Amino acid sequence: MPKSLISISDFTKEEMLHILDVAAEFEKNKSQTFLQGKVVACLFFEPSTRTRLSFETAANRLGARVIGFSDVANTSVSKGETLKDTIKMVSNYVDLIVMRHPLEGAARYASEVASVPVINAGDGANQHPTQTMLDLYTIKQTQGKLENMEVNMVGDLKYGRTVHSLIQALSYFSPKFVFTAPKELMMPQEYKNFLAERKIPFTETADLMEHINTADILYMTRVQQERFTDPIEYENVKNCYKLSADMLTGCKKNMRILHPLPRVGEIAQDVDETPFAYYFRQAGNGMYVRMAIISYLLGYR
Amino acid sequence: MGKVKKLSEDSLQVSAIKNGTVLDHIPADQLFNVIQILGLNKNCSNRLTFGTNMESRQMGKKAIIKIEDRFFKPSEINKIALVAPDAKLNTIKEFKVVEKKVIKVPKEIVGIAKCMNPMCITNHQPIRTRFTTSYENDHLSLVCHYCEKATDIKNIKISEESAL
Repeated sequence: MPKSLISISDFTKEEMLHILDVAAEFEKNKSQTFLQGKVVACLFFEPSTRTRLSFETAANRLGARVIGFSDVANTSVSKGETLKDTIKMVSNYVDLIVMRHPLEGAARYASEVASVPVINAGDGANQHPTQTMLDLYTIKQTQGKLENMEVNMVGDLKYGRTVHSLIQALSYFSPKFVFTAPKELMMPQEYKNFLAERKIPFTETADLMEHINTADILYMTRVQQERFTDPIEYENVKNCYKLSADMLTGCKKNMRILHPLPRVGEIAQDVDETPFAYYFRQAGNGMYVRMAIISYLLGYR
Repeated sequence: MGKVKKLSEDSLQVSAIKNGTVLDHIPADQLFNVIQILGLNKNCSNRLTFGTNMESRQMGKKAIIKIEDRFFKPSEINKIALVAPDAKLNTIKEFKVVEKKVIKVPKEIVGIAKCMNPMCITNHQPIRTRFTTSYENDHLSLVCHYCEKATDIKNIKISEESAL
């Protein structure tokens, strides 16, 4: 079975650091077409703009050609073709598969039936490892290091897959966590156990201002309507935090605000003009990190 | 006099077998799950006797299964750990117990159980489930190999297809 990237735990600490180094190389020189003659499939069983365009651009910048679909409506999937059959067929055509699927575990399963590497571009609420890698890259870019950061995660810590994966990835670098969430959206026990087992300190609060001045990274998240089964629960918490520029007056100078985007109301427009805002640069980093991951899985870096 | 009567009641409840396997101390409500996990409900030509809601000093009520001329490998029998972790396995030869085994929870469970996450791919496509077992505070749960969610042992549903 070729090496795939399905879950952030598929990478060792060394592999993560390697990917970050390679991504930095691509940031310096973003047109390196050593994948000429290769074909990458981007199979998006669920719509996405940012992730799909960033993967497609990454593959194109490396010189590879891209095939795929961004919607299942016009594919055999809508005729009832199983995921296994779709993946088996596409495996015959291409050198690497990038896939997003609404069901959890779909990418892991695909990697077991595919004869080429698979990159998980999101499987429901489960994993989105390339987002985690670009978050790590951005933390390193803004702070010059990954070790000993105080990371304050804000918003939907219950359903938000990006925060769960980031906890796993940062656990190698002696972090300290603050979890800021309303009680309905607190960090699930299994992740708190994960941290406790590794003796990684964390505190929980519902008050955004309580720990904002000691944070190195303020990781904001959107409360995602699509993850809620109960509409009343969503209404109760959808506007729980709204970060504005006047709340940042006591922050550490090196503090940077990250957000996986898209944002809705959780970061006011006036924050964009502060030196703390970094979420647009963060999104741009996605391409370099994805170039690095594609190159690594195909054995070129 | 009372003692003799007690013995004959016992022998009615569980008649002896010459060669085979006796599975004892199965939770009373898990009898049919155990039968299904071991595949005894399909293609089993061995003589099989089973009973449930038998009195047990340890468990209150228990179930018991006796299979003639059938012996289980640990890898087969450990699969019932999901529903009957305290079951005892007695190997019988010439009416005598020649070996007593306890059930061990295997590290990985393939097939057998369903993932309780409704958004898990295994609940939507024809995929055999795979779980790793995990202990948390002396409590068994199954972590899905695919969706990575934990299913508590209390919520285990046995899938229709047996893994054997």
